[in-house]
Amino acid sequence: MKYTLTLAAALAATSAMSDTPVLTVYAGDYFTSEWGPGPIIETEFEKVCNCDLEWSTGDLMPRLLLEGERTKADVVIGLTSDVTARARATELFAPHGQDNSALTLPIDWTDDTFLPFNYGHTAFIYNETTMDAPPTSFDDLLALPDDVKLVIQDPRTSISGLALVLWVQAVYGDRSAEVWEALSDNILTVTKDWSASYGLFTDGEADMVLSYTTSPAYHMFAEEDFTKKAAIFPEGHYFMVETVAKIAGTDQPELADQFLAYVMSRDFQTIIPTANWSLPSALPRADWPEGWSELPLPDKVLFYSEDEAAALQADAIETWRAALTQ
Amino acid sequence: MARRAHPISKTPGIVAAVLIVAAVLAAFVAIGSRVEGTTGLRNAEWQAVRFTLVQAFFSALLSVGLAVPVARALARRRLPGHALLVTLLGAPFILPVIVAVLGLLAIFGRSGWLNIALGAMGLPEVSIYGAHGVVLAHVFFNMPLATRLILQGWQAIPAEQFRMVAQLGLPPGVVFRVVEWPLLRQVVPGALALIFVICLTSFAVALTLGGGPRATTIELAIYQAFRFDFDLGRAAVLSLLQLAVAGGAALIALWFLPPMLVQRGQDRLPFRWDARRMSTRMLDAVWITFAAAFLLLPLASVVIAGLGGLTEMPGLVWRSAWTSIWVATLSTALLVALALPLTAWLAQARRGGFEGVTLLGLAASPLMLGTGWFILIYPYANPASLALPVTASVNALMALPFAVRILLPPMRQVLTDYGRLGAGLGLRGWPFWRIVLLPRLRPALGFAAGLAAALSVGDLGVVALFADPDVATLPLQMYRLLGSYRTDAAAGAALLLLTLALAMFWICDAWGRRRDIG
Amino acid sequence: MHGGGGVISVKGLRVEQGEFALRATFEVPRGRRVAVAGPSGAGKSTLLGVLGGYVPAAAGTIHVDSVDVTDTAPDARGIAMLFQDGNLFPHLSVAQNVGLGVRPALRLSAAEKDRVRAALDRVGLGAFADRKPGALSGGQQSRAALARVLLQRAPVLLLDEPFAALGPALRTEMLALTSEVVTESRATMMMVTHAPTEVADMVDDLIFVDAGEVAPPAPAGDVLANPPAALRAYLGG
Repeated sequence: MKYTLTLAAALAATSAMSDTPVLTVYAGDYFTSEWGPGPIIETEFEKVCNCDLEWSTGDLMPRLLLEGERTKADVVIGLTSDVTARARATELFAPHGQDNSALTLPIDWTDDTFLPFNYGHTAFIYNETTMDAPPTSFDDLLALPDDVKLVIQDPRTSISGLALVLWVQAVYGDRSAEVWEALSDNILTVTKDWSASYGLFTDGEADMVLSYTTSPAYHMFAEEDFTKKAAIFPEGHYFMVETVAKIAGTDQPELADQFLAYVMSRDFQTIIPTANWSLPSALPRADWPEGWSELPLPDKVLFYSEDEAAALQADAIETWRAALTQ
Repeated sequence: MARRAHPISKTPGIVAAVLIVAAVLAAFVAIGSRVEGTTGLRNAEWQAVRFTLVQAFFSALLSVGLAVPVARALARRRLPGHALLVTLLGAPFILPVIVAVLGLLAIFGRSGWLNIALGAMGLPEVSIYGAHGVVLAHVFFNMPLATRLILQGWQAIPAEQFRMVAQLGLPPGVVFRVVEWPLLRQVVPGALALIFVICLTSFAVALTLGGGPRATTIELAIYQAFRFDFDLGRAAVLSLLQLAVAGGAALIALWFLPPMLVQRGQDRLPFRWDARRMSTRMLDAVWITFAAAFLLLPLASVVIAGLGGLTEMPGLVWRSAWTSIWVATLSTALLVALALPLTAWLAQARRGGFEGVTLLGLAASPLMLGTGWFILIYPYANPASLALPVTASVNALMALPFAVRILLPPMRQVLTDYGRLGAGLGLRGWPFWRIVLLPRLRPALGFAAGLAAALSVGDLGVVALFADPDVATLPLQMYRLLGSYRTDAAAGAALLLLTLALAMFWICDAWGRRRDIG
Repeated sequence: MHGGGGVISVKGLRVEQGEFALRATFEVPRGRRVAVAGPSGAGKSTLLGVLGGYVPAAAGTIHVDSVDVTDTAPDARGIAMLFQDGNLFPHLSVAQNVGLGVRPALRLSAAEKDRVRAALDRVGLGAFADRKPGALSGGQQSRAALARVLLQRAPVLLLDEPFAALGPALRTEMLALTSEVVTESRATMMMVTHAPTEVADMVDDLIFVDAGEVAPPAPAGDVLANPPAALRAYLGG
């Protein structure tokens, strides 16, 4: 039944396409699946734009780099802060034209090209029914007994893994190498991507997993499971943000601008938390969807600007690799 | 020698080989055209090269080493469920990496069944993470494949030989030297080379089971260069390095391949008079039980996890399953179209080393091929609209070395046995294919096609690079579910995927093994 | 398709196989039956192989009925050949195997099928048409191969010890059947044998091959009555 409906909708969209302008939005692969934020954003935006929003998915950065100026994208959504420097260097993007002061991020955002649409922080997630004494600080984490096992992601292949090494760098600076050595006995294993790590955690293989402060929200609101918690550390948590940007050479500049404005709208901002399990970028906490404001979040947020991160990244990864290879 | 009398042309095979080389070369040239300068290989990458070689060597050695007694046991026993077991042997090989890893960990992991059992007996916990875990996982993936390859060779020993052995009352040791060792010398080097190359290109499994960056492989470095550093130059250099190592391994292995034996039989079903002793029965039972447990327990855990998730699977997953069937069918057709002429050429070629051509696609890394082709296609067409044909092509290239390895020994055999007779009767070209080759090759062809279809269903392939939101293959859909916390639904999708892959494998394989009674 | 036998004419023929070399110059007249004898490794099978087109010639020419067939494909020489073994495809039925002698295809016309049936009846295998070769006895397999030879209607028939594996009585029976088949088709025949005396009655001439040297055919009775030294040594006389 559902299939038929989808099909009918697709057919209707195709027939309508002939006379309506098309806005092509590049997005990360997960974004547009039935259970991702894509479909609802498409429906809602098309209500107001009198246009056809067409998603095109894939690996964003490799794709943009390969396509260069011939890219068919009008807007790109989902670029994370670790790739904005590289994306900026392509000179493919135009200023977003939105008012950064409307943002409600825990950090000061001054970028006029990449506009945040949601955010979170790195955090270790645990199951409170199986973990009696979860760490209450990063120092606490380092002092965990050896039989408490963590699973993390590889900073060489995963964005969250990279955020972790920058997190350690931000908290401990020159002492990072010692920190990694201290953690090495607790690190059960390292996976290529977030999904594999999280799978190991939900299967009970690991006690804690490197994930996001917003992860418990999924379990709470989608599964009514209140046992998964993020361990909040007073040393601070690393900030992770996803942005949207406009392609300079777009043939639909007005539509693109309209989409960026829509991202900042109350409509989009109230949809995004449960659609993408992440925190809205421009919505006061009091207006978050029900229950979300009770999510434990860190008081202190750590973040490197893209220049700082670029300078630190290679050494931070090598420190991690060297310590865990011994 | 009497090569002239062979009734089939080498030309289509040479054309196929040139096509393959061109497809791989084109990808490299395309990437080369976009290189913007690169840094040389770092120390860490040389470490990766060393680790890659060592793990691939031991993984291949152990996979094949264990496959020999298992294949022997399966060759001389007919147990209830024999056919099912032989089909299931194909399963681990075709599982998506992450599913297989979770399945293995459900058995061997910290909270796995093994440690629960050890704990109940008061024994200390064992850890799977480390170099041994990498090898264990690779053996899990590849031992079944090696078993099938060796089993196929075993079944090629004519029944007449075993009759002779029985008549002479030869003890097992002598049977091994006289009948089985010559067979193994034919089959084992090729299987070793193939598995070595598969393990060479492993990365997510190696990293996860290896417990961290100590288990960094070349493929991880390629992935990092491509997707994270966007350094196409370094990615290309690493990919060439991997290609060189794989090529070297293939050449060494094929160097050791002895000239083909001429074995002639009358298609009698072998009865193993020599294996009726109690001690050999016990031994075979132990090996079969060991293999079945090692391979089936992790699969069982995948099934158990998946059953719960089936109901939570979004409807879209079913649509993806349909897409996957389509891709797999296309990929299998392409594979057969490439593998048959190629094998016919190789079977008649003087040098076994040409078989190395088939490893090009696998060793060059799918990521490399996909990216290269993307660069080539983009100026002319929207790659997303070609995502499925491209995925099918890459999958066919990945399956090619397996198919050729499976088809080559029987192809040589048929040409040796019946090339002369066929030539004398004027059977050449298509009639020889239709009347002699295809019927004789049928079991091998069914197995090869089944493997290719299943591999294509299970492989994420390069679709991720191109993907269109509306056409996702089943593995891609499964990763999407995993990427949005839907672990249970993903487990359901994994079960669907496993079932689908096995069904496609079974259909082809059973078609091949059906023996019409005359 | 000609009825009757062909003339085999071999001039300055040379075959090289590593250290081994075979030289031959001889002629076999139309319809003659020739035994090819000689010690193991002397080159008997190589001689038939090169005539049949399965072994390349390094020099010289082979003519069948004045047509140069030296470089012709095995099936276009007007020569049918039976080997020591592997004369039948094990996956095809007896009828299909025999049918390949009519035309290299599996689907035959009704008339062609009748011919296959007649040939099978002729060799006494009428009841075995649908069996696979594996289900036949050795003698029956030989009969099936002979039935195919009948249908091939080749002017020349080469036999490379096809009955070597059969028992003496069966072998005699098969030789007799072969003799009948050859008589009916009036083909020219060359047959490798290890026991020239055994076939003395059914052949006209004998070619003796020793260490790569092929002697021209001589009347079998004469040669066997008064063998040259090398042949005498071979026969153990």
